[in-house]
Amino acid sequence: MKIAVCIKQVPDSTQVKVDPKTGTLIRAGVPSILNPYDHFALEAALALKEKNGGEVIVVSMGPSQAKSVIRLAQALGADTGILLCDRVFAGSDTWATAYALSRALRKIGKLDLIICGQMAIDGDTAQTGPAVAQMLHLPQITFCEKIDVRNRTLRAKKHIDDGFEVLEATLPVLCTMTMPHDYKPKYPSFPAVARSEAKPFELWTAQDVGAEEQYCGLNGSPTRVDRVYAPPQRKPGAVINGSAAELADRLVEILKKECFVK
Amino acid sequence: MIEISQSCIGCSKCVKACPFGAMHMEGKKAAADEKCTLCGACVQACPVQCISISRKDEVADLSAFKGVWVYIETSETASGEKFVKGVGHELLSAGRGLADTLGEELCAVLLGSGVEGLSGELASYGADKVYLADDAALNDYNTDLYATVLVAMISKYKPSVVLYPSTYVGRDIAPRIASELYVGLTADCTGLAIKEGNLLQTRPAFGGNIMADILSPKTRPQMATVRPNVLKKNAPDSSRTAQVVRETFSLDAKSARVKLVERKRNENVCGGKIDEASIIVSGGRGMKDAAGFAVIQELADTLGGAVGASRAAVDMGLKPKANQVGQSGTTVCPKLYIAAGISGAVQHIVGMSASDVIVAINKDPNAPIFNVAKYALVGDAHQILPRVTEAVKKAKGC
Repeated sequence: MKIAVCIKQVPDSTQVKVDPKTGTLIRAGVPSILNPYDHFALEAALALKEKNGGEVIVVSMGPSQAKSVIRLAQALGADTGILLCDRVFAGSDTWATAYALSRALRKIGKLDLIICGQMAIDGDTAQTGPAVAQMLHLPQITFCEKIDVRNRTLRAKKHIDDGFEVLEATLPVLCTMTMPHDYKPKYPSFPAVARSEAKPFELWTAQDVGAEEQYCGLNGSPTRVDRVYAPPQRKPGAVINGSAAELADRLVEILKKECFVK
Repeated sequence: MIEISQSCIGCSKCVKACPFGAMHMEGKKAAADEKCTLCGACVQACPVQCISISRKDEVADLSAFKGVWVYIETSETASGEKFVKGVGHELLSAGRGLADTLGEELCAVLLGSGVEGLSGELASYGADKVYLADDAALNDYNTDLYATVLVAMISKYKPSVVLYPSTYVGRDIAPRIASELYVGLTADCTGLAIKEGNLLQTRPAFGGNIMADILSPKTRPQMATVRPNVLKKNAPDSSRTAQVVRETFSLDAKSARVKLVERKRNENVCGGKIDEASIIVSGGRGMKDAAGFAVIQELADTLGGAVGASRAAVDMGLKPKANQVGQSGTTVCPKLYIAAGISGAVQHIVGMSASDVIVAINKDPNAPIFNVAKYALVGDAHQILPRVTEAVKKAKGC
């Protein structure tokens, strides 16, 4: 089975702060990590490889530093790493990102399964996976918690708003993975990191994957960022101090005044 | 334009896949006639990728696109009765304002089987028109079939704006359609407005640390998914009526490539569903243990509300994920939100800050939750809440 996993290097959003004066992100000193949803997607791919045999190819689009997350994926067990890296990709929105990735996936060819994280934690859009599926005309199953393949049939347990569904599709399919809230990513051992250096790694440009410049990067992106700013602060209300009994009395008064208790 | 290359093998799968009967065989090659809506169903069905659709020349005239559309998501009760999800009312209410600003129609788009009876409800929330695709094949949501129908309807009627709920279904289908049509799509919006004739879409990013305003100035329709429980719904006006426009398709449920094997809906989420509750009492790390959450539960029961939890409390195993409020849980917008022992990480605040009245109780006077609270009580919730529960019980005479 030939599986591709789309991964992204992201700033650790739990550590991002906003400059209150300029409203811009303070990224200095914020570590870059493998997007946690992609980390989970990679582990799902490696588990399928373990069970069914085959190969796992990781694909990322990003600046040259993004090579580090590809190497991490390879240390965890991915066979081949491909980094789409080209100045013309700069400023891509989800449409243009999906376009570039779909060109690369087409070039890899003969894929049985494409797995993406449901979203990247820096953008939180969850749009790139389904957009890639459409561009490759593949069926999609999004927000999967668990996937399994038997006799070229993929079975997925996916989240819906008020529960879950089990869906089936014949390969090839694209899946996006959600992750359990208590998910702890696995990290490779030292020898595995050393061994990964010898695994095949390729850098592909827009031209290598036949991506037309008019559809790439900022120019190819239908959306534009008009303005970025710090979230508006709600005006702080009344601060109330006192003993527990006094505070309880005050809260009951408040509930009556606001008509929650009559 | 639809193009069929010489590599066509004459298998005729596209003829069967076309919902409009526009594909036929000319000799041993496939061909499309004028009934083609560029919906792309044939492109998906072709085993040798010989069919391509190019659209770039067709979106040049933006003024040809008119009307604000809202994709209506339905669900069903345990007894199988279809109903409009609450977020549909919110989107129609917001869409009404956008349509009035633009001087265009507000249209609801309703797909399903046996759903026509819901049209009146959509009119009461502001829809001028209901585009209805009522077909047995659309009984259950399916990405392939729903996307085919929506792409065809959008291509035919050319709306300027299409809004989807930012639910599991909305987030599954909207990117598929945006990608097919090559139009801009903004995810998980918390605000919508019109700026110089364009849709201004406001959304949080970086886990709620930052807000961004997004435009899709050169493509139509402008599409957005909108988070439930953020935009305010208008009071329904039952005197309003809408024109129902029926769209028929020859759909084959078997052409769906993904099949539903099983569906399980959680009937009883612990302590009531938080996304629809008008009162929520939430606990965080500060509630420490099960005994702390028992205090929360008792107050919630007494007030007739639901129990919420911060991510920290969910991670500690004090409440299931279904009760989690915040960026990676559920966004809520109750009339009253009581946050007990919750410090107020930005990821939590983006999920509850639209609540009407926020009461926060925390021992730390510098807890960030106090920045969004109307009433900030500096103290220990373990000691305060049982007293409040007793007093409320007494006031209610029970």
